[in-house]
Amino acid sequence: MSTQASRAAARLMISPSVILLLLWMAVPLGMTLWFSFQRYNLLMPGQGGFTGWDNYYYFLTDPAFFTALKNTLVLVGGVLLITVVGGILLALLLDQQIFGQGIVRVLVIAPFFVMPTVSALVWKNMFFNPVNGIFAHIAQAIGLPPFDFLAQAPMLSITLIVAWQWLPFATLILLTALQSLDSEQLEAAEMDGAGAFSRFFYIMLPHLARAATVVILIQTIFLLSTFAEILVTTNGGPGNASTTLTYLVYVQSLLQFDVGGGAAGGIIAVILANIVAIFLMRMIGKNLEA
Amino acid sequence: MARKVSTRRKAIMTAIAWVIAFLIFFPILWTIILSFKSEGDAIKSPLQVLTSHWSFESYFVVQERSDYFRHFWNSVVISLGSTLIALVIAIPAAWAMAFVPGKRTKDVLMWMLSTKMMPAVGVLVPIYLMFRDWGLLDTRIGLVAVLCLMNLPIVIWMLYTYFKEIPNDILEAARMDGATLSSEILYVLTPMAVPGIASTLLLNVILAWNEAFWTLNLTAAKAAPLTAFIAAYSSPEGLFYAKLSAASTLAIAPILILGWFSQKQLVRGLTFGAVK
Repeated sequence: MSTQASRAAARLMISPSVILLLLWMAVPLGMTLWFSFQRYNLLMPGQGGFTGWDNYYYFLTDPAFFTALKNTLVLVGGVLLITVVGGILLALLLDQQIFGQGIVRVLVIAPFFVMPTVSALVWKNMFFNPVNGIFAHIAQAIGLPPFDFLAQAPMLSITLIVAWQWLPFATLILLTALQSLDSEQLEAAEMDGAGAFSRFFYIMLPHLARAATVVILIQTIFLLSTFAEILVTTNGGPGNASTTLTYLVYVQSLLQFDVGGGAAGGIIAVILANIVAIFLMRMIGKNLEA
Repeated sequence: MARKVSTRRKAIMTAIAWVIAFLIFFPILWTIILSFKSEGDAIKSPLQVLTSHWSFESYFVVQERSDYFRHFWNSVVISLGSTLIALVIAIPAAWAMAFVPGKRTKDVLMWMLSTKMMPAVGVLVPIYLMFRDWGLLDTRIGLVAVLCLMNLPIVIWMLYTYFKEIPNDILEAARMDGATLSSEILYVLTPMAVPGIASTLLLNVILAWNEAFWTLNLTAAKAAPLTAFIAAYSSPEGLFYAKLSAASTLAIAPILILGWFSQKQLVRGLTFGAVK
C-alpha cells in the first residue's frame, strides 16, 4: 500500500535522477540546436551571428555527407547482417549438448569485453597489416599477393572489426532466448514428423524473432556512434572513404573548429538515431506492461 | 528433460563448436602470445612466432616508457567512480519506482531510457566547449561526471528490474513492525537487493572501462584512461607489436575476467529487461 507520505518520499527520491538526466540531455542538446543556427567557427572569432538554415544547407549538400551517410549504412547494415545471422547459427550450436560448453561460451563471449581501441589496433596491425599481418603471412604462404585491407577496402575491414566485437552480444541474447523455448513443443513437432529444418523455420525462428529485433535495435543505437574503431584504424580515410556520420561531425567540429556546421551534423545524427529509438522504445514499453 | 543425443553427434558438435570458439577467441590469444615475444620475433610468420623465445621484457618496457599504471589507475578511478556515484543517485529512484509506482512511473522510465538513445556526437560540441571553459578537459572529475550521467539510465533500469522481483509482502511486514522508510531501505531491502546491485555495478564498470568516445575526445595526457593510452599506439614508431600486445593484454585482462562473471547480467542489463 502506498500512502500519501510514501508517494511524496518517492517523488523526492526520483527527482535527483530526473533533474540530472534532464540537465544532461536538455542543456547540451539545446546548445547544439542553438549553435546549429549560428555562424560559429573557433578559428574566426568575432564572425558570429544568426545564419538561419545555412549550416544545415552546407552540411547536407557537402559531398562528404553522402559518403558518410552511405558508409554509416554500410557499417550498420553489414555488422547487423553478420552478427544476427552468425549469432543465430552460433546460438544454435551452443545450445547443443557439447563437451566443455562452459569454456566454449567463455571463449565466444570474450571479444565483447575488449575495449574498442584495443580490438581496432590488434586487427589493424596483427591481422590487416599488408607486410607483417597474419593475413599477409597466409597470403604469402599460398602464393597470393598481399592485400592492404585498410587502404583498399576500409569499410569492409572496419565492418569486420566491429562485427567481431558485437557477435558475442548477439549470440548471448539469442542463446538466452533460445533456451527459454519450451522443449516439449519441439519434441511434439518431432513426433509429428517435422524434420530439423522445419523445426528451425517454423518453431525456433519465430520464437527468436523478438530477441533478434531487440538485438537489431540496440546494436543500431550503438553502431551509429562507432568512433574509436575508425579513429585508430583509418582516421576516416583514405580520403573520406571510411568516414561515417559520427566521424564527420567529429572532424567538422573538433578538427576544423566549425562549431556551427558540426552542431548541424550532430542534430541530423540525433534525428536519425531517434527514428530507430522510437521502434526500440515501443518494444521495451510493451514488455513493461506485461 | 534433456533429450538423449548419440555420443557420435555430441562429438561432432563438440569439434565444430571448439573450432569456431577458437577462431573467435584467436585475436585475443594471439595478442597475449605476442606480448611475450621480442619485437623482432613478433613480426615473423605465425609458425616462427610460436617457436621463438618467450620473455616478459615488453611488459617492463611498457611500464617504464609510458607509465602504464598511471593510465590503469585513471581507468579504475573513472569507471568505478562514475558507477558508484550513479548507484548512489539511482538506488533511491529505482526503489521508489519499483515499490511506490505512480501513474507516470512508466513514462518516467521510458523517458530515462530515451536519453540513452541520444548519440553522443549530438552533444559533443557543447560538452567539449563547456569542459574547455570550466577547465574540465583532461581531468578525471570531468570524465567521471560524463560517464556517470551516460550510464545512469542503464543503472536505474537494471536496478528497477531487480527490485521489481523482490516480493512486496516482505516490505509490508517490515512496515507493520514499525520500520521507518530509511530503516526499511537500509535493513530490509538492501540485503535482498545486494546481488542485483552487485551485477549492476559489475556491468556498468565494464561499460565505463571500455567507453571510447568521451574518453578519447575529452582527455589528452593527464587523465587519459587505458582506452586513450592504447589509442596512442595508432601512430607507431619502429617496431611496436610486442609492446602494443603487452599494453593491450594489460588493458583487457581485468575486464575480461570480470566480464566472464557477468554473462547473465549482460543480457538483462543491455536489453533493458526485454530479454531475460
